[in-house]
Amino acid sequence: MGGEGVAGLGYQELRTSLCWVTGGTRPLPFLSWVLPAVPAPAMGLELYLDLLSQPCRAVYIFAKKNSIPFELRTVDLLKGQNHSDDFVQVNPLRKVPALKDGDFTLAESVAILLYLARKYEAPDHWYPQDLQARARVDEYLSWQHTALRTSCTRTMWQKMMLPIFLGQRVPPETLANTLAELDRCLQLLEDKFLKDQDFLAGPHISVADLVAITELMHPVSAGCDIFKSRPKLAAWRQRVEAAVGEDLFREAHAVLMKAKDLPPADTAMKERLKPLAQLFL
Amino acid sequence: MGLELYLDLLSQPCRAIYIFAKKNRIPFELQTVDLRKGQHLSDAFAQVNPLQKVPVLKDGDFILTESVAILLYLARKYKVPDHWYPQDLQACARVDEYLAWQHTALRRNCLRALWHKVMLPVFLGEPVSPEMLATTLAELDMALQVLEGKFLQDKAFLTGSHISLADLVAITELMHPVGAGCQVFKGRPKLAAWRQRVEAAVGEVLFQEAHEVILKAKDSQPADPTLKQKMLPKVLAMIQ
Repeated sequence: MGGEGVAGLGYQELRTSLCWVTGGTRPLPFLSWVLPAVPAPAMGLELYLDLLSQPCRAVYIFAKKNSIPFELRTVDLLKGQNHSDDFVQVNPLRKVPALKDGDFTLAESVAILLYLARKYEAPDHWYPQDLQARARVDEYLSWQHTALRTSCTRTMWQKMMLPIFLGQRVPPETLANTLAELDRCLQLLEDKFLKDQDFLAGPHISVADLVAITELMHPVSAGCDIFKSRPKLAAWRQRVEAAVGEDLFREAHAVLMKAKDLPPADTAMKERLKPLAQLFL
Repeated sequence: MGLELYLDLLSQPCRAIYIFAKKNRIPFELQTVDLRKGQHLSDAFAQVNPLQKVPVLKDGDFILTESVAILLYLARKYKVPDHWYPQDLQACARVDEYLAWQHTALRRNCLRALWHKVMLPVFLGEPVSPEMLATTLAELDMALQVLEGKFLQDKAFLTGSHISLADLVAITELMHPVGAGCQVFKGRPKLAAWRQRVEAAVGEVLFQEAHEVILKAKDSQPADPTLKQKMLPKVLAMIQ
């Protein structure tokens, strides 16, 4: 886990194609007495992500799928890189994802997704112009903060990260409650949002589906086969993966799916992650 | 039937919608859902919202939950002045950023402050330990620091020089602990000045009208045992 595992090939491709943005220009030595040093051009779009995090995956998939040129800045949460001085300049809330577009910085994945959709004029279905269709996407994006998001994060941490990575015992009742709550949220996802539609907000994939699928992969990575007894949801997942593209979907989830193989945290890391761990209990 | 808004002004998100609709002269039929009488748990209301929560919007056959979605729907449908939710890409992003952040931050802390300080003991007869209350108030304090430090800073309003949906959502949240007797603006002159500006922009009369219910929250009649039994688990889940 770490920088090289985050985006693999994708990052290298991006780096090469963006070097005209990041490289700047330097005066050729023999002309330095003639030409003043030309400052490097303003940095293009930068996305500060850790693909271990669900909202980061949604942003990553959206940007890649829509061929939005960006420089990936990896912020390794487990290594505490979100507390670095550099990163705090970008997001004083010390969270990922974060966006930097020239001088403009932005936090919150929902805000970032909508900003990207608007700025890069993504196809309408991602965030439809139609009043009611858009309202359905807004409704999902709002509901999920305190519902599916919470239970997916807790499930992954209580089932996997806390016991295996941090060596911290999770009381069985706590895990049982969390799984029950997750189950409740999944039922709502099916009954209130998906219903008999192909996608959460209608016949086409939208940012709501991206946000939801990346959440659901969290418990999946911890060994919770949430799609097993839910054929409707499983069918929706297939459709979302197909719409996103299998390769991109897999790439975005590579880090997450390797999380179970992380070596146990050392003492220093355990100490540092203690407050975070408490949040998820 | 035209636009219907199912609200209880005890609830913060309901207040934001009420103020927004009234301020922008959006014609609507107010359907009061009295939470303290358990009206949100009725079969009739379940037809409107099976999640048994307010606010809810009903526009013909179209039913919408989630206050942020409702505010955005109203802003677009009724073509309200731009400053509420600006067209400008970056200005709009700032509003989106606040509306996203507040769900798990200020909203949660204000809700807990009201319930831990007043509603659990007074309405549901459930005592709350001093330590629990102290923790809740300390967390609220931290959220207020972020509100001032990251969002407001030296601007007139949260996301720029004009009032937006972000300010409405924030101010109605802060009136929750105010209704519980917490002096959130004391010792925070910046925030107090912002509050004055928001109230002036909304209109004093409308602001007071929207907050009449919450300011009397401490005088809530205790729930009868049947209602308490039904509501307590849901309340505890809501404020966790």
